Amino acid sequence: MNARPRENKSSRPEAKQSQAGKAAQNRAPTPRRKDPPSPKGKPAVILDEHIVEIVSDSGEGAQRCGQAFGSIAARMGNGIWTVEIIPAEIQPPARSMAGTSGNRVRVSSHRVTNGGDEANLVVAFNEQVLLSRVRVNELKRGCIILLEEKWRSDPDPDIAASYVQVFDELSAGDFSVYEIPMEFECLKYVADPRRGKNMFVLGMLCSIYSLDLEAARQQVSFIFAKKKDKIVQDNIKLLEAGHEWAEGNLDIKFRIPSTKAQEPQIVVNGNISLGLGVLASGMEVCAMYPITPATSVSHYLSDVFRNVGGMVHQAEDEIAACAFAIGASYAGKCAVTITSGPGFALKQETIGLAVMAEIPLVVVNVQRGGPSTGLPTKVEQGDLLFACFGGHGDTPKVVIAAATIEDCFYSVITARKIAETFNTVVVVLTDASLATAQQPFPRPRFSEEWLSPPADQSAIPEGAKPYDWDDTTGLARRFIPGQPNGMHCLTGLAHDRMSRVAYDPAINQEGTRSRSLKLASLQKTLKTPPVFGDEEGDMLVVGWGSTKGAIEEAIERLRAEGLSVSSLHLRFLQPMASGIGDVISRFNKVMTVENNWSDDINDEIIDEENRRYSELAWLLRARYLVDIDCWSEVKGQSLKPGAIAHAIRVRLEGKG
Amino acid sequence: MTTSATRCLLRTLDENYALEDYQSGVPRWCIGCGDNAILAAVQRLCRDEQLPPEKTVFVSGIGCSSRFPHYMHTYGFHGLHGRAFPVAEGIKLKRPDLHVFVVTGDGDCCSIGTAHWIHAIRYNMNMTVLMHDNGIYGLTKNQASPTSPQGLKSNTTPRGAHLEPINPVSVNLGIRNVSFVAQAVDWIPELLHDIIAAAYHHKGFSFVRVVQRCPEYLPDRYDPWVKNPDRMLLLSHADGIQISPELSRVYRHQEKHDPADRNRAREIASVSDPMPVGVLYRNRNMPCYEDLREPDKPYTPSMVGAALNREFDKFTIWPENGEDGGAGKRG
Repeated sequence: MNARPRENKSSRPEAKQSQAGKAAQNRAPTPRRKDPPSPKGKPAVILDEHIVEIVSDSGEGAQRCGQAFGSIAARMGNGIWTVEIIPAEIQPPARSMAGTSGNRVRVSSHRVTNGGDEANLVVAFNEQVLLSRVRVNELKRGCIILLEEKWRSDPDPDIAASYVQVFDELSAGDFSVYEIPMEFECLKYVADPRRGKNMFVLGMLCSIYSLDLEAARQQVSFIFAKKKDKIVQDNIKLLEAGHEWAEGNLDIKFRIPSTKAQEPQIVVNGNISLGLGVLASGMEVCAMYPITPATSVSHYLSDVFRNVGGMVHQAEDEIAACAFAIGASYAGKCAVTITSGPGFALKQETIGLAVMAEIPLVVVNVQRGGPSTGLPTKVEQGDLLFACFGGHGDTPKVVIAAATIEDCFYSVITARKIAETFNTVVVVLTDASLATAQQPFPRPRFSEEWLSPPADQSAIPEGAKPYDWDDTTGLARRFIPGQPNGMHCLTGLAHDRMSRVAYDPAINQEGTRSRSLKLASLQKTLKTPPVFGDEEGDMLVVGWGSTKGAIEEAIERLRAEGLSVSSLHLRFLQPMASGIGDVISRFNKVMTVENNWSDDINDEIIDEENRRYSELAWLLRARYLVDIDCWSEVKGQSLKPGAIAHAIRVRLEGKG
Repeated sequence: MTTSATRCLLRTLDENYALEDYQSGVPRWCIGCGDNAILAAVQRLCRDEQLPPEKTVFVSGIGCSSRFPHYMHTYGFHGLHGRAFPVAEGIKLKRPDLHVFVVTGDGDCCSIGTAHWIHAIRYNMNMTVLMHDNGIYGLTKNQASPTSPQGLKSNTTPRGAHLEPINPVSVNLGIRNVSFVAQAVDWIPELLHDIIAAAYHHKGFSFVRVVQRCPEYLPDRYDPWVKNPDRMLLLSHADGIQISPELSRVYRHQEKHDPADRNRAREIASVSDPMPVGVLYRNRNMPCYEDLREPDKPYTPSMVGAALNREFDKFTIWPENGEDGGAGKRG
């Protein structure tokens, strides 16, 4: 086997540094190899940012490679955003498009808030996983492809033919394909390159992007900290080998300038951020049932929650998890249950009980594509209206949505406080995009105010009522078991102030009013969210949840083009802060951008009388009586700034 | 000025609870409903054990029997149909100091809440479970339940129930970490009380199936056993329930059954005629979930802060100048 990139059949001019730079800017295809190897220390092309993807079969470690690459870049001071590319199955067939697993890393000279548009460079462990990314248009024109070449000489003629076919197709297209002898090189160091090829690739990427090899060594040691020393050493060897090979054999060399942050930053994904939020909130019980993509929060908590006196209870099902959390909350501090769409659906009756009986409860819903089993590993913002209105009867509950990875942390702390202050249910919505994406944010400074006070065990004054609703705010003091004189029978039935079952018309009216008033009481404390861009203009884009970064990047691009557009991002969805109506009224057009379904008004049978709007659009239209438009997709992917900018342009031109 | 010892004494006298201290309101069950007998037995137990009402919680689901907590002057949690077990588990986990009782029915426990029941046996948390089994849905008015006899005509089975009933006692005995299973009947109040007391004194998940009559929909179902004491099998043991001489004169069919003998317990449970009454199985060595999950020490806010900062450390990128550059590290 040749240790160097293979000669392309269609011969092309020799690579030069400038051409690598061209490739970065995606203007022209770049030759895929040079011969002889360029000398070490070749000058690097300076880039503002790049989007890099590493894809492999499930289990070959591309995800770990991508995360490590992102972490190293972040340590260097680059802005990063990582997105996981996840197959839905655990052991999908090898070399299949459905089994593509990996990571996308956006590396920038400045802070980034989303995964960006299409990829500039892709490392693929076989041609099928590469093809899967090409087919969904995730590669930019001129994208550099680094492809494992071992399949060209595979003993199975079908595999070899498939490889050649894909290679020829892509080489003939707008891509610069480099064939890399990954396995051949790795075999020099380890017996089973299936484990370890990813570290070779990591080394290669460190060379290509001029990242500090010592920082990479530290990252590899950190990744394998729990493993034997031999494993750490083998992986470092592979890392160094990849680096050295790329230095000696590749003509592509970039540098993305970085500036180290002045404040310490933490780099975690949204689910770890949620887990840290649970630790910091003072909650002590997390009851859950395994469900994708929420489960990794509980994996993390199961490992560390005991360090703050907490515990994760894996219940027999979603309903039991919610009921268990309610029981724990009822008898003490507020508890949390963490789930995703289908589990959230199952919990609805228990959530209604907590609302009815006024038991504090935090419910985290890491949204995924639905309905039914839907897209378990992929993103959608389809549960907003369900979270707001998903109970039978009137079940007012607070709904907040994390907009960033940092938000995931603080949202849980806020949710716990609101739940205990208002004795109600607080739903925290995140999604599969935030769950697995990584972005640095300022290291939080612990405050004791985050924590929950110990459960009140003082005696209740004689004659006090367990639901003594305040006539203005709807609030009542909660009685906790163990408090003398507080004995009463809590019930999910309609009840009076003494918690006695009551079917009288006036009593049910009063209880329902009181529970509803609590939302208004909270609403009085909320501040109008800030407008991104000018306070007035031609169009206002309104978003919620994980789309914040992509929407704001789209707005920035359009404003740079001179368009009069701004955006507003909502964290409190129920209740909504005062003043939003005023903001809306200052723009000629208002449109929501969401990752959920809306009918296209241009479809043949869709008109104003039957169009189904995106979820936030429904809410805003109902509340503000304004003809608010929407643009949305349900492709199971994070919205891209380019796509959003395009949609806004089209609407501004009146073509929507 | 009173000394603290005096206050302590006064408090003790004060807390000499009488039966009335556990009673709340007038039960709205039908006259002749077995629930009334169970309520009386439980109130007697609370009085005998002097359970502080504020430290006692009755958790129930939905159904006739699940109204039970409303008639106890303790804390009560009348929640959702089938979900009493997980609620009770959450309470017990956070508050091992509370006396937790679960009141459930044959529909609540053996139908809609079956998954929770099976797992509750497995968790083996320290709580006393009263499963009121009248073999019929009463509150929703006469539908067959999983414990209804085959052939029973009800509103949903007008031509007779299609299936054999589930045997709740056998189900309990089928779970590997079962720790206490007993059966009582509402028409022998003395044993009903003694069996519930034995359940209360067992540390673990103590399941008592109480066979009870529904005067409204199944008034005659247990007549053959009520009217013929010889069709009852009373289980007694030095390490179980003792049977009084008075009772023995009426119920002559008895068996010395060692509650540690699980195989014999299964044989007894599998026979419904004669109907066994007593403690079928008890294992005092089965660990309780709450003990397995107990935090090793109390946690102060500063300990939480320190632990949290250790977690942040795992994910932190420090600024170039100085490893302790962030005040966050000092927390």
